[in-house]
Amino acid sequence: MRISLPTESELEKGSSLGRDAWARLRKNKLAMLSMCFIGLMLIICFIVAQLPFIDDPNEQNLENRFAPPSGDHIMGTDQLGRDLFSRILFGGQISMLVGFIATGVALLIGITYGAISGYAGGRTDAIMMRVVDTLYAIPFLVLVIVLKVVIAGPMEEQLKWMGRFANIVPLFFAIGALGWLTLARITRTQVMAIKEQEFVEAATSLGLSKMRILFRHIVPNTLGPAIVYATLTIPSFILFEASLSYLGVGIEAPNSSWGILIKEGADFLETQLYLLIIPGLFFSLTLFAFNFLGDGLRDALDVRASKD
Amino acid sequence: MPLLEVKNLKTHFHTRDGIVRAVDGVSFPVEKGKTIGIVGESGSGKSVTCYSLLGLVPMPPGKIEGGSAIFDDTDLLKCHENDLCKIRGKRISMIFQDPMTSLNPYLRISTQITEPLRIHMGMDKKRAKKEAIEALREVGIPEPEKRVNMYPHEFSGGMRQRAMIAMALITKPEILIADEPTTALDVTVQKQILELIKSRQKELGTAVIFITHDLAVISEICDEVNVMYAGKIVERANSRELFSNPLHAYTRSLLQSIPATQLKGEKLFTISGLPPNLAKPIQGCAFRPRNQIGNSDECLTQSTPEFKELDSNHWVQNCPGCLT
Repeated sequence: MRISLPTESELEKGSSLGRDAWARLRKNKLAMLSMCFIGLMLIICFIVAQLPFIDDPNEQNLENRFAPPSGDHIMGTDQLGRDLFSRILFGGQISMLVGFIATGVALLIGITYGAISGYAGGRTDAIMMRVVDTLYAIPFLVLVIVLKVVIAGPMEEQLKWMGRFANIVPLFFAIGALGWLTLARITRTQVMAIKEQEFVEAATSLGLSKMRILFRHIVPNTLGPAIVYATLTIPSFILFEASLSYLGVGIEAPNSSWGILIKEGADFLETQLYLLIIPGLFFSLTLFAFNFLGDGLRDALDVRASKD
Repeated sequence: MPLLEVKNLKTHFHTRDGIVRAVDGVSFPVEKGKTIGIVGESGSGKSVTCYSLLGLVPMPPGKIEGGSAIFDDTDLLKCHENDLCKIRGKRISMIFQDPMTSLNPYLRISTQITEPLRIHMGMDKKRAKKEAIEALREVGIPEPEKRVNMYPHEFSGGMRQRAMIAMALITKPEILIADEPTTALDVTVQKQILELIKSRQKELGTAVIFITHDLAVISEICDEVNVMYAGKIVERANSRELFSNPLHAYTRSLLQSIPATQLKGEKLFTISGLPPNLAKPIQGCAFRPRNQIGNSDECLTQSTPEFKELDSNHWVQNCPGCLT
């Protein structure tokens, strides 16, 4: 095995544990491939979709229904004559946004909640964790539907400026606001382990405030597992949105998502199989990519296998 | 008036097995610029004493049951958390036993060293970093401009302890508490670290509370020595007096069990038995069951021995069995 010595400039910068993890991740071909794929998907969905030659995803052409893939419509058209390719791009935007924003919300709530609970300990911790347990016991699906309605009603006015995204933003927050439970538990356990370490005592002896110790010294040390879990949460949220849409309580027209495309495609399973297969392919490949990336991150951030 | 006056400090831990009296009535003064040593075996309460002063004892299960520690008219044991935050890290700072675990692995050395400057002195990032580089240079870290940007895992044990010392002294504190700062280090590095603490102390005029179980270290660095046993101070004298004229049986036993003081081929003297279980109340003299040097029959069995000044500035627990 070749061992490469750090170069002068690397030495000067110092290598953080994060940088080490990145170096390990780069060696994982599958994870890197997945990351490129996700990047590509993001570019296609958000940038290519804005280009002028992409058709309006909602433009109907009833004379050209169920057109098979051709030069005009590279992936064909659906039952209303809409271009499938552009519908996949715009649907992808929603699916990705659900994944990322809901995960972001979940991370924010979960880490803050878990960190405070773990650091406070004692009775505060017990009460905070019982709240989490209670929320766990309520069916996720029911809760998201209720929460979505609760958020959507009063926020309708404020969200108008978002245009076509206005009616899906509540969904993002509803999913995120419930997806944090596991993250809170993970973070709490980590914080409880780390707060006993000597460097926390040392930080206290330097006269730092409790908040500063918690969020500057303890929380960064817990981020590894949280990031891994979050990466695996993104596909599960995308999937969750798909099932909500499939049930008719998720995304509403004129928006679409991959879940809706798959649902519509399933109606024409026997005659126009490509309407199901093509969106399904985009959907599952993206989910695979997120899962592989999550696995890769877990290996890269695994403390037991790392140096020192 | 001493810089810090600890009086009758009592720190107890309320555990499932009962109340552990880890520190049970400890008093000592810390004079400006002097080094005082606290020596004793594991579990004698020397670390807990210092942790109590800085409010580092985990509560619960720990609880400070009584006493006072007056530092500049403030009682460290009773003052508000916020006031304590202004003192620790600025006027009283601490270095820990294990440099491998006392630095945050996720933060650069520069971030950690500059933290006291930034929160206590309100210094901006750039100036604080300059100070940090200076501080690292003063503790003998080569190429501090480069090293300051590194992470703790890129430092060796000795370098980390140097960095810890730089961090503790960067605000020029009046008191430095050193909790076995050399225990986790190689023998060769130990010596360097001791020299470093000594020289920095001389330059800054800092008083040092030095905790150790290593008598050789004590003799080298301390002006005054407190010997602790079972949560109490059993003997206090200046360093030279203690080593030439130890009075208490425990101190004498400790001195006898230093390998270097004995003849080759002779069996090494050890103190038999274990330190007493502090969860059970101790009646009379705590050292009685292990007292081989003195006369354990004469040890007090009912009343607790009194801490008395027998010679000038030589204090000892007045138990007849331990003094013979």
